[in-house]
Amino acid sequence: MMRGSADFERIEDGGGTLRFTGNLSLACLRDLPDRLNAIEGPVAMLDLSGVERLDTVGAWLIHRFARDHQSEVRGLEPDEQHLLEQVAAAEQPVELPPRPASPLIRVVGEIGEAVTKSAGTMLGLLGFLGATLIAFWNVFTHPKRFRFNATIQRFEVVGVSALGIIGLMSFLIGIVIAQQGAVQLRQFGAEVYTINLVGRITLRELGVLMTAIMVAGRSGSAFAAQLGTMKLTEEIDAMRTIGVSPMEALVVPRTLAVVLMMPLLGFYASVVAIIGGALLSWATLGIPFVTFIERIREVVPLTDLWVGLVKAPVFGLIIAVSGCFQGMQVEGDAEQVGSRTTTAVVQAIFLVIVVDAFFAVFFSEIGWI
Amino acid sequence: MARREQEDTIIRVRGLRNGFGEQIVHDGLDLDVRRGEILGVVGGSGTGKSVLMRSVVGLQTPMEGTIEVFGENTIGREETDSINIRKRWGVLFQGGALFSTLTVSENVQLPIKEFYPGLDAALLQEIAAYKVVMTGLPANAAPKYPSELSGGMKKRAGLARALALDPELLFLDEPTAGLDPIGAAAFDELTLSLQKTLGLTVFLITHDLDSLYAICDRVAVLADKRVIAVGTIDELLALDHPWIQEYFNGPRGRAAVASAGNKPAPEDKRL
Repeated sequence: MMRGSADFERIEDGGGTLRFTGNLSLACLRDLPDRLNAIEGPVAMLDLSGVERLDTVGAWLIHRFARDHQSEVRGLEPDEQHLLEQVAAAEQPVELPPRPASPLIRVVGEIGEAVTKSAGTMLGLLGFLGATLIAFWNVFTHPKRFRFNATIQRFEVVGVSALGIIGLMSFLIGIVIAQQGAVQLRQFGAEVYTINLVGRITLRELGVLMTAIMVAGRSGSAFAAQLGTMKLTEEIDAMRTIGVSPMEALVVPRTLAVVLMMPLLGFYASVVAIIGGALLSWATLGIPFVTFIERIREVVPLTDLWVGLVKAPVFGLIIAVSGCFQGMQVEGDAEQVGSRTTTAVVQAIFLVIVVDAFFAVFFSEIGWI
Repeated sequence: MARREQEDTIIRVRGLRNGFGEQIVHDGLDLDVRRGEILGVVGGSGTGKSVLMRSVVGLQTPMEGTIEVFGENTIGREETDSINIRKRWGVLFQGGALFSTLTVSENVQLPIKEFYPGLDAALLQEIAAYKVVMTGLPANAAPKYPSELSGGMKKRAGLARALALDPELLFLDEPTAGLDPIGAAAFDELTLSLQKTLGLTVFLITHDLDSLYAICDRVAVLADKRVIAVGTIDELLALDHPWIQEYFNGPRGRAAVASAGNKPAPEDKRL
């Protein structure tokens, strides 16, 4: 096959004629489009009898030129004529993408979009919390609709299975606090206050907070991924058609499990952290284990325990609702399951810390210092 | 469109042997595809239709055998070496395999940009726009992302990308699977019309008996790890192979003949 480049020459015969030669195909165009663009004024005729091969790109160029210069196209074989007609029939007005705006405007625009998006998410989350509470009320008024087995199973997944990792984490945190405390307090000859430090900070803050972060990573993400996948595979739609409310069947057991498990896990975490601190104090400060525990009873007021236990179910509610909410928001493709799961965890941890700050102020104000 | 050249062989497969571990998929497979024809490839599930296509386009290196496309060997060649062949064919994968981060229009422009970087952006946009419309998609599909399209639209968009370079050879892997009958018939017509206008050679893997009757010039039957027969449907029906008889004379086969209408009933042709 001859593979000559596409070319044309201009013949002046009254209206003007362009005589094309060579292969009018994508591979052989070279500078032809630019040269065609450079021609101005009407051209009466396009002679294609010398063209060896025409493909759709060549046909498109001929069609466009003929349209813009009101030319007549001649010298086509029947199947080439057919191709030209097909391409002409497929013509569509092309909308070029808008030019990118200046960086400053783009940055401001992106900030604005992010703000509206997070506001929308918070609003959606609040709405979902409302829907969850309504579902709880429905289950409460129709106890037969309560999924007992599903809930118990969630207790195990959320609570019992987490004991190992949360215990290990808390134990290490107890050691770290005691060690850091001992080093710093020794400078003032006040090592003995390490006991106060470990006891109060774990019961008031760290036990529950670290547990919440761990549960958000373990269970909040799992909820988002499970519900998101169920949404994609239309399981949730199938539930609705059978007359089962996904809120009651899926969200209520999960939320209840986290809300009930969080105080237990938080208390357990605090106890293990205190044990860790006690062991370190015994090893480095020479405080006997029993003495450490007795001192804890003297220096830690009971309100510290209540502070932790009041916060825990609230954190649990935040984690469960944001996990389920993000899961139910999945639409379209599998990629969304991943991004929604990430959002669920980030959102849960962020909100837990914000709420924790409010609690800190609140408990100080009511005198639980 | 071509000032049609003499009928010659565009794909030549000889002695192909493919396998995964212990399991042998092809053994001594021979196949010729002639210029300008639509060759349907049929076979039961697991007979290696897709593996055959992947071998021909160089995605799967066979254990033995030779494959020539446009008269050039495709096995074991460097990527850069086979670029000249690659720009002469287009491949439509089963699910469309569109790049999910690009719009339909950008998907179509990508191969053109890759091989002909000099074209200006406006012309590229125009080319993508008419290609999208030629494959039967509405014009407003061009700026959409693949996730916003239905399954049938993804296939059409995949076809638009496969046709981006005006290839001489087109590979279609089950293009009508999962389409509704109207969409499938429209896709058949589209394939036929493109083949006529562009002078395409089409390698068509399909389970769709209607497609086979409607558009295929010849049909290759894969069974027993090789191509057991190639020919027009009438020629195949004349053979006394149980799988072929069951395939074309089963209830679905008869229905397809009835809808094809102008073809003689298979009973008349049977020996």
